[in-house]
Amino acid sequence: MSAVAAPVLEPGTQWRAFRAVLYRDLYVTWREFPAFLAQVILQPLFLLFVFGKVLGTLGYTQHGYTDLLFPGLLALTAVITAMQALAFPLVAEFGWTKEIEDRLLAPMPTSYVAAEKVLFAVLRSLTATLIMIPVGIIILGSIPWRWAGFPLFVAGLLLGALVGAGFGLLMGTLVQPQRITLLFSLVFTPLLFTGCSQYPWPSLDQIRWFQIVTACNPMTYVSELLRGALVPEQVPHIQPWICIVVLIFAVSVLLTVGIRGFYRRAID
Amino acid sequence: MVPTESEGLAVEVLDLVKRYPKSPVNAVDGVSFAAAPGEVFGLLGPNGAGKTTTVGMLTTRVRPTAGTARIGGVDVVRDSVRARAQLAVVPQQSNLDRSISIRDNLIFHAAYHGMPAREREERADELLDQFGLLDRAGDKPDFFSGGQSQRVMIARALMHAPRVLFLDEPTTGLDPAARLFVWDRLRELSASDVTLILTTHDMDEAALLAGRVGIMDHGHLLALDTPDALISSLEGEGTLELTADQAADGTVVDALARLAGVERVETVHLATENGGPEAPPSEEPLRVRLYLTGDAALCVAPAAAVLTEHGLALQDVKLGAPTLEDVFIHLTGRTLR
Repeated sequence: MSAVAAPVLEPGTQWRAFRAVLYRDLYVTWREFPAFLAQVILQPLFLLFVFGKVLGTLGYTQHGYTDLLFPGLLALTAVITAMQALAFPLVAEFGWTKEIEDRLLAPMPTSYVAAEKVLFAVLRSLTATLIMIPVGIIILGSIPWRWAGFPLFVAGLLLGALVGAGFGLLMGTLVQPQRITLLFSLVFTPLLFTGCSQYPWPSLDQIRWFQIVTACNPMTYVSELLRGALVPEQVPHIQPWICIVVLIFAVSVLLTVGIRGFYRRAID
Repeated sequence: MVPTESEGLAVEVLDLVKRYPKSPVNAVDGVSFAAAPGEVFGLLGPNGAGKTTTVGMLTTRVRPTAGTARIGGVDVVRDSVRARAQLAVVPQQSNLDRSISIRDNLIFHAAYHGMPAREREERADELLDQFGLLDRAGDKPDFFSGGQSQRVMIARALMHAPRVLFLDEPTTGLDPAARLFVWDRLRELSASDVTLILTTHDMDEAALLAGRVGIMDHGHLLALDTPDALISSLEGEGTLELTADQAADGTVVDALARLAGVERVETVHLATENGGPEAPPSEEPLRVRLYLTGDAALCVAPAAAVLTEHGLALQDVKLGAPTLEDVFIHLTGRTLR
């Protein structure tokens, strides 16, 4: 066939490209770390302060509400941070800045570009949730903690981040740039309030229809899993194994569909 | 047109077809061409002709419906990763990374392509210097004009020393000085054996830069040759524009039209040419354009004689040679823009 010195790709080229793209994202985040903090911390911080501190001090919530709230807010932070890290940049990069083109033309498979986005979103999400721990201690005085639940805690944060990344990938590739505000009101807000972060799911049997609605939101299982890890005695919660099974299923579906959407946007 | 021997070719395109879902027609419909190392190849055509889709397939961003495309002997579909390592794209609209400085844009691009750290920093500074951007190396792309962004994108594309560089309308919207600058850089690249594939609807750019030009319309490659060969294929379609010292009636025009080698004569009105209101044509000095079948220079003397016969003096003569634009009109029956 062709006698052109068709260059042999050095082994490891694809991974080097992957690492370089990840390094670019970390580099930008590091240089804008205060902005990153503000973006991920402010919302859970205010929720924690108002629901955990203010309402408690004023006597409107029962003692022990923070036991229920804190794991829920960790779940919320894990899911929302990963989602935001993916959805908004992706809409912009495919829609108008076209920044992603240089990465799509790097010598690696297109799926690596999507995988890097997911990994970066997970790293951002983990950073944000870990920062929530000292923040919680400062605002609430103490946080519910249980070393025996540590493996479940880690599983909850990881699966929460992956669920958020899956949602982000899906939305980032499906939403048209001009609809980005709609994304915020129609998807983020309902997801935020039906994810059982401020109330435990089993107690919802008094409002049956809402219990069914919340059961459809994967974030519910992240909240419940973290309660199972940190406050299994104090708060009623869904069995951790159920949460893990549902979350693994949700992550698989979201990432499969999300990566397919990514391909559709990346290659005509 | 398409070499059967694919040896040594930088770009090969064979019967390439692209049909988008839900479209009744092929956006690219059986296009074939090839380009050698160091060649400057221009794809010329109006918007929607299929140029961008063709380049999209060559640059692995559009999946062909049928046909083959190879970059440096590497199939762009079967081995897109290896193809990407050898090509670079300079789009018309800036796609620079806005979160980092232009120097970092260059450095990260090279990192994506696996260049070692020290080497990529040295090369970035070298290219920034060459493109006159060194003093702005630390600025973010947001503050750059179109011409500056274009220069940054070309410099970025060169970071990983690609074999084939694709440029989409490389100088559209640039001021004349920036245009010349970019053209000079592109000629240097071509001299160093980088193959350049330009898509453009700027005839002058194509004629000046491209060794060969492919004219596309409705997904087809209508013609493919050197600009000179394409133009001389319109043999005899020269023009001669005459301006006399005073106004004249239709008999002069009729007499000119009867000259040997003249296909038709058109009276040119100054006012209407500018799009303004029509001046009274009777008072305007005669100005006509002769469309010729033969050499325009041979027609000057007989035409001047006709004017003298009618008591007019010749004041200005313009010989027009056909351009790529005329080739395009000839092939498609319409103008490019």
